[in-house]
Amino acid sequence: MDDRTKKQDAPETQVGTTGHEWDGIRELNTPLPRWWLWLFYATIVWAVGYWIVYPSWPLLSSYSNGVLNWHSRAVVATDLAALQTARGPMMAKLAQASLQDIETTPELLDFARALGRRAFADNCAPCHGSGGGGAKGYPNLTDDDWLWGGTLAEISQTITHGARSGDDQGHQGSMPAFGRDGMLKRDDIVSVADYVRSLSGLSTTEGADLARGAKIFADNCAPCHGPQGKGSRSVGAPNLTDQIWLYGPDTKTIIDGVWNGHGGVMPAWGGKLDPVTIKALAVYVHTFGGGE
Amino acid sequence: MCPGSATALASQGVTAAQPGPPPLEPDDNGPLYEARKKIYPQNVSGTFRRLKWAMLVVGLGIYYFLPFVRWDRGPNAPHQAVLIDIPGRRFYFFFIEIWPQEIYYLTGLLIIAAMTLFLMNALAGRVWCGYLCPQTVWTDLYIAIERWIEGDRRKHLKRDQQGWSFERAARAASKHFWWLMIAWWTGGAWVLYFADAPTLIKGLATFQAPLVAYVFIGILTFTTYTLAGWMREQVCIYMCPWPRIQAALTDEYAFNVTYRYDRGEPRTSLKKAATLHAEGQAAGDCIDCLQCVYACPSGVDIRTGPELACIQCGLCIDACDAVMAKIGRPTRLIAYDTDVNIERRREGLEPVYKIVRTRTVLYAVIITVIAAVMAYTMATRRNDGVNVIHDRNPLFVRLSDGAVRNGYAVHILNKTLETQRFALRISGLPDANVEVIGGELHANGDPVIDVGPDQSREVRVLVTTHQRLDPEASIPLTFTVVSSEGAVAASAADHFLAP
Repeated sequence: MDDRTKKQDAPETQVGTTGHEWDGIRELNTPLPRWWLWLFYATIVWAVGYWIVYPSWPLLSSYSNGVLNWHSRAVVATDLAALQTARGPMMAKLAQASLQDIETTPELLDFARALGRRAFADNCAPCHGSGGGGAKGYPNLTDDDWLWGGTLAEISQTITHGARSGDDQGHQGSMPAFGRDGMLKRDDIVSVADYVRSLSGLSTTEGADLARGAKIFADNCAPCHGPQGKGSRSVGAPNLTDQIWLYGPDTKTIIDGVWNGHGGVMPAWGGKLDPVTIKALAVYVHTFGGGE
Repeated sequence: MCPGSATALASQGVTAAQPGPPPLEPDDNGPLYEARKKIYPQNVSGTFRRLKWAMLVVGLGIYYFLPFVRWDRGPNAPHQAVLIDIPGRRFYFFFIEIWPQEIYYLTGLLIIAAMTLFLMNALAGRVWCGYLCPQTVWTDLYIAIERWIEGDRRKHLKRDQQGWSFERAARAASKHFWWLMIAWWTGGAWVLYFADAPTLIKGLATFQAPLVAYVFIGILTFTTYTLAGWMREQVCIYMCPWPRIQAALTDEYAFNVTYRYDRGEPRTSLKKAATLHAEGQAAGDCIDCLQCVYACPSGVDIRTGPELACIQCGLCIDACDAVMAKIGRPTRLIAYDTDVNIERRREGLEPVYKIVRTRTVLYAVIITVIAAVMAYTMATRRNDGVNVIHDRNPLFVRLSDGAVRNGYAVHILNKTLETQRFALRISGLPDANVEVIGGELHANGDPVIDVGPDQSREVRVLVTTHQRLDPEASIPLTFTVVSSEGAVAASAADHFLAP
């Protein structure tokens, strides 16, 4: 090693040193290759060319456009158009096919589910959850309990026109605020809440007068929820006898619901999404597993 | 190398054993940038030149003609032996087909390649640089073309010194034409690895090939022409990382192209050597004829010891051997030799050879193990596969009658070249109801899924049970797919989650 250092420093290398020395190791002043310098100049020329061709310099209220008139927005538009063209044939098939046909044709089903997954994530997931699992007050789309019906046509109808959305063809009807609006007294509501819990076999408060609850239920709730509490899809009244609760099964939540009422809104997507996307969404939601 | 230089210097009257370092002389007025010194390598003939020609013919032959080799894979796959199908996401190599998720085979190949490079270096120095590197091979080819048109070293030098004339311009034009032709063919062969070669050639000839093909031919033409025609040794000296790494990996037992200063020094002319011998004084075998320097494609003087620019191509060995044979001295004054043996010979000791060293054994073992693992996994890899992903939201669904359902995305792979019908079986949860969205029901009750040739398919699978489950239970499930022949069955594990 020692000799190697000596050799490098020997006059025969014909290379001077920079005058720097660290622990006896001296830095040779080896010149860079000249082409490297030209390459450096070339990058400067390239930069100037770039300024001329592409947008680069910020001006007072805009920026220099560049002779190519290139815009990233235009690139996105081109890419989207290319995507539409590429999807064109399948989109046309999807537009032609009925919802039932889509589900029974594997090729269409895979395409519709892929399209639906994207549209669901963009539009529906904020309320219904990324996998359609729902949340308190936002229906779970993967179970077999449907407020407005779970066939392909009914799902499509709900997506297009919504519920309590202000759309003329949207679903109407809401849970009145029996307590707040003075239709029922507090102890009536407590009784009816116990009765409602008993419908699906849940425990009731000790000493609860279920007969009184049943009477109040028949007078006030049965018109929408049905005499047996099985619900009604025409007004979106939930089935109270099953294991699924939109807001929760505990007594306090039920009392709160009867006192204040409910009226969650599903927007009408008809004006926002194109018909093919809504078809894909209907198929996607239907194939979560709860579809009828 | 090091002691050699010291001896060389001493012989030239330079004091190498001077006490203390020479005074520092800052060279402030030297040039900051250095023009490339044009190299006119002289043609040589001999063992290493023949070896290099053989490597060049074999290497370039494989590169240029491999895309045209056909391989019958049946109706559902391309018939090109070596094909990188980027849009189809497949790599075909004769009987091997690689899917994107099998990229670890490439990782293995890269590790083997690196270890082979290290092993070659530990055994015989820069074998890669001297004989195999594309930069060396194409430069060699370009130098051959240059020699053919502009003449060998002396003729070429003389022509360049004579200034411009019509003849020189014509020669230059001819040289660059052939260089560009080779470069263009190189780029052309490159793109043939990425598409069906006959179809693409037809498309290129009728200007109907995709734009990307023309762009890549253009890029490869430019780089080949520039790197092999103009940059040459500059690539090795300034651009390539390997010379730097190589210097750190070599040791005193590695064979390298070495000037045997123990024999060559002190170098003297033939005449003077005779006089010295007559007087009973020592004279080395080197007659300082500079043939080794003239033959070098990197323009280095091997006699100053190994250096970064030396690619160890062995052409200086051939050049020196020719001279030694002519003057009747033993050949291999420049030879593949080891640092330790040069030193030992100088001290009058017998040379020692240590091929089996820790590092060579280690490299060989790593190469063997990785190659064996790759061969084993390749030989035993399956033609089908199944992956299962449990729904992340919701983790479970309670149905209106109290039943619990879990959803899964089941991804089935069919690597065979025919459509396969898979039956799906799920075990671990007796009496569970299994439903495949979009799947048909088989006669014996298992849902079946068709997957096309060389394709994969994802289906949604719902598992429902009415069993009473412990709260927050997690029950292990096994998903098995059985192809219609029943011969192959792949399985994957997942869980059934209870509320």
